Amino acid sequence: MDLISSLLRRPDAASVLSLVGVLAFYMLFGGVDLGRFAAAGSWVNFAANLGIVALPVGLLMIAGEIDISIGAMIPAGSMTTAILSGYYGLPIWVGMAAALALGVLVGLVNGLLTVRTTVPSLIITLGTLVAMQGVVLSASELLTGNSSVGVKAPEWAKVLFGQLIGGSHQVIIVWWLILTAFFAYVLQETRFGNWIYAMGGDKESARNAGIPTQRLTIALFVLSATCASFVGMCQAILFNSAQVSGGMGFIFNAIVSVVVGGVLLTGGFGSVLGIFFGTVTFAVVIQGIYFTSIDRNWSNLIIGLVLLIAVAMNESFRKLALSYVPRKGNKAVNV
Amino acid sequence: MSEKIPVLELQRVDKSFGPIEVLNEVSLKVNAGEVLCLLGDNGAGKSTLIKTLAGVHKPTRGKILMDGQEVAFAGPRDAAGRGIATVHQFGGTFPLMSIGRSFFVGVEPTKGWGPFKRFDRKKANEIAVKAVQDFGITRIDDGERLVGGLSGGERQSLAIARAVHFGARVLILDEPTAALGVKQASHVLRIVNETKRRGLAVIFITHQVMHAMAVGDHFAVLIRGAIAADFRKGEKTREEITDLMAGGETMAQLEANVEGNT
Amino acid sequence: MAAVATGGTGGLGRFALRPEAGSFLGLIVVYTFFAILGGQNFIGSPGWSSWLNTAADVGIIALPVGLLMIAGELDISVGAVLPASSLTVAIISGHFGLPIYLGIASALGVGIAVGFLNGLLVTQTGIPSLIATIGTMFGVMGLTLGFTILIAGSTGVFITPDPLTKSLFGDALGGMFQVAIFWWSGFAAVIYWLLHVSPWGNWIAALGGDRVSARNAGIPTQRLTILLYMLSGFAAAFVGVTQVITFGSAQVAAGSSFIFNAIMCVVIGGVLLTGGSGSVIGIVLGTMTFAIVNQGIFFSGLNPNFGSIVIGALLLAAVLSNDTFHALALRHAAKRS
Repeated sequence: MDLISSLLRRPDAASVLSLVGVLAFYMLFGGVDLGRFAAAGSWVNFAANLGIVALPVGLLMIAGEIDISIGAMIPAGSMTTAILSGYYGLPIWVGMAAALALGVLVGLVNGLLTVRTTVPSLIITLGTLVAMQGVVLSASELLTGNSSVGVKAPEWAKVLFGQLIGGSHQVIIVWWLILTAFFAYVLQETRFGNWIYAMGGDKESARNAGIPTQRLTIALFVLSATCASFVGMCQAILFNSAQVSGGMGFIFNAIVSVVVGGVLLTGGFGSVLGIFFGTVTFAVVIQGIYFTSIDRNWSNLIIGLVLLIAVAMNESFRKLALSYVPRKGNKAVNV
Repeated sequence: MSEKIPVLELQRVDKSFGPIEVLNEVSLKVNAGEVLCLLGDNGAGKSTLIKTLAGVHKPTRGKILMDGQEVAFAGPRDAAGRGIATVHQFGGTFPLMSIGRSFFVGVEPTKGWGPFKRFDRKKANEIAVKAVQDFGITRIDDGERLVGGLSGGERQSLAIARAVHFGARVLILDEPTAALGVKQASHVLRIVNETKRRGLAVIFITHQVMHAMAVGDHFAVLIRGAIAADFRKGEKTREEITDLMAGGETMAQLEANVEGNT
Repeated sequence: MAAVATGGTGGLGRFALRPEAGSFLGLIVVYTFFAILGGQNFIGSPGWSSWLNTAADVGIIALPVGLLMIAGELDISVGAVLPASSLTVAIISGHFGLPIYLGIASALGVGIAVGFLNGLLVTQTGIPSLIATIGTMFGVMGLTLGFTILIAGSTGVFITPDPLTKSLFGDALGGMFQVAIFWWSGFAAVIYWLLHVSPWGNWIAALGGDRVSARNAGIPTQRLTILLYMLSGFAAAFVGVTQVITFGSAQVAAGSSFIFNAIMCVVIGGVLLTGGSGSVIGIVLGTMTFAIVNQGIFFSGLNPNFGSIVIGALLLAAVLSNDTFHALALRHAAKRS
């Protein structure tokens, strides 16, 4: 009983329960063969691509901000790589570096505008989202005359960023796991993590406590835009081509993953492990439905339900965490 | 006693926002090991005065002195750096953070080195729990509990313990007992006394005369931005203080007014 | 008017302080820009019809979304309600061949129902409206997709409306100006009355300014919030109806572009996302500006994709000038008091 209640108080509890619930639902009503499902690459690939974006977006949300420009930064990253290293034939590392640098630049713009103005980051990043969509589209048409550009990556880049392990699992999964571990370490084990929580809790007090809130906010925006262009870069190397479209779906998918993962939209509460499981849950719903006898068109409905149920669970678990009083000896818990 | 140099002193401080004058020639002093109670009705300028003391606002005219030296706070961080700590009505401002985490926001203890420098949460929890237990709040014994789960009195105590731990010399308590029940309030008052015993200068802002009289050494009544009365412990009765706060009208007059109007 | 008589600068100063001043300036600049590039075609009726048609569709949705934003809430689900409504009409009146008014009534009913659900979720559970309406968006999208496949067997459903319905909802005057433009004007007039004439307007602004104080002041905050969501659901469904009748077919995938477009129109129109202030005229001007850029780019000979860049830049300029205007208005108010 004690163990259960201490598990439920964790910010990631709801995401794990959601995942278990979805799996149980698919097994009971969809007849999923769990062994075959676990071995499949499709949902893990989906989760990895989404997860690398969801992680920094989640950190931003813990810090009380949001970034929707990621929807444009994924195609921006892949087009930059393809145009420079494919169309212009420059070495692959030039295209990759430029893609990441573009992410840093857009992140800087988002971050600077957020800390310098009183405009909510949702609106600011909506502006950069639309502007970057336009930039990517016009750049690809003006420079290459095409909306799809091919690129041939050398072996080392393929191995690192674009190979299929065992023929089905994208190497980006490894990056996702590394980044999850890295972000979990930063958030839980370093003082930066404490600063992020404090900023999301109360920005004014955090600043008065000596936390460089502006620099930290800018850094988080740089992180999210760069992670998004990293995903785009990996996709270009994997598929040997880049498309101007795609990426818009990531906006809501990432937000849903993060929220299912137990992050409070208003900031100050959440965990990287939760974001991880939230992403896995999302991927299992979307991709797992192909392993069931359920018509795949219902998957969006399931996402909507999972989101609302998970949010409701998060609310009640958070209340549980707040009202928790440790047991002392044999004394009964008084609430 | 009166020869002591006050830790913090205001000399004829005015503060106005545009044409609106909020503070008018406010002079105050508070010594180490003393509690100055600042009494005033809502809208008397208490919060502007607190913000001026805490470095959020700069005085329009007049001087702020610390240890007899004139100072100008560059901002709230500067004031905090000089040892002025403010604890607000609801205590901690990070309800969803654990006790250990919120205690050390901005000054986290670390272990390890270089890029592997880690936030030492075990140490943070231990120090935070010990600091608040030293003030007699033994119910708090787990640094992983969330601040928002503590009772109002416990939160105040935690915030005061934090300020003391980080070497505050002047503690500004903004209505610490306003939202509390009788029992919780007495906890907080006990902690105020303990803080005083440790040699801090305490500025206790309240509109509850009873609470002020329980801990105060020195009293100042603020009416419409000006100090209407300034006296020491035992110089005035509770009724006199209440009358002063009501703007100079006596309670009897007030009652007459109320009846006349209804 | 007295200000004009007393002196130009006073009138100008007062005008600059109005919330819609920035969006009006933006509109003038953008129109002039595209008028120069687009020439006679853009200034003439082909240009006007093109951007007015676009403005009408997004504008009908932007108006209630703007009201919600003034009240401090968001509605993402409009992007799913629009195709849900189109498909409801198409399935009921096209696939099953039932009378068209039944289809239209059900479609509008769907919109109102989703709005009611949004309102309930936001007021009863404390879930932030962004998240709650993302949830209903996914839910409605899933239901639309699932039922369409289940009933019609494909993701596109056709309908041939009768002439009367067509002329009411889906006709184009002179082959150019869609009737939706008149509906948009009607919506704007009603919502103008709601926000600026009726006491509701004050309530909505109070809601966005400070919800707790508004409730303490006796405003039925919960009912008002639910009603605003029902209004935005209704408006999105209405656009869905006009679209299915105009095009004679409904697609599952339509509508998602409306989510951000509507928000952008509102923001360009000078409504702060933080709630509490904004005007209907501003929202209408913002919608026009958006539509002029969106369509004017095709007349300008520029690469059409520049349109997005212009809109993004416009949005950022709008929010930045909002910031300035707002600060100016506050300072002005402080000086006068």
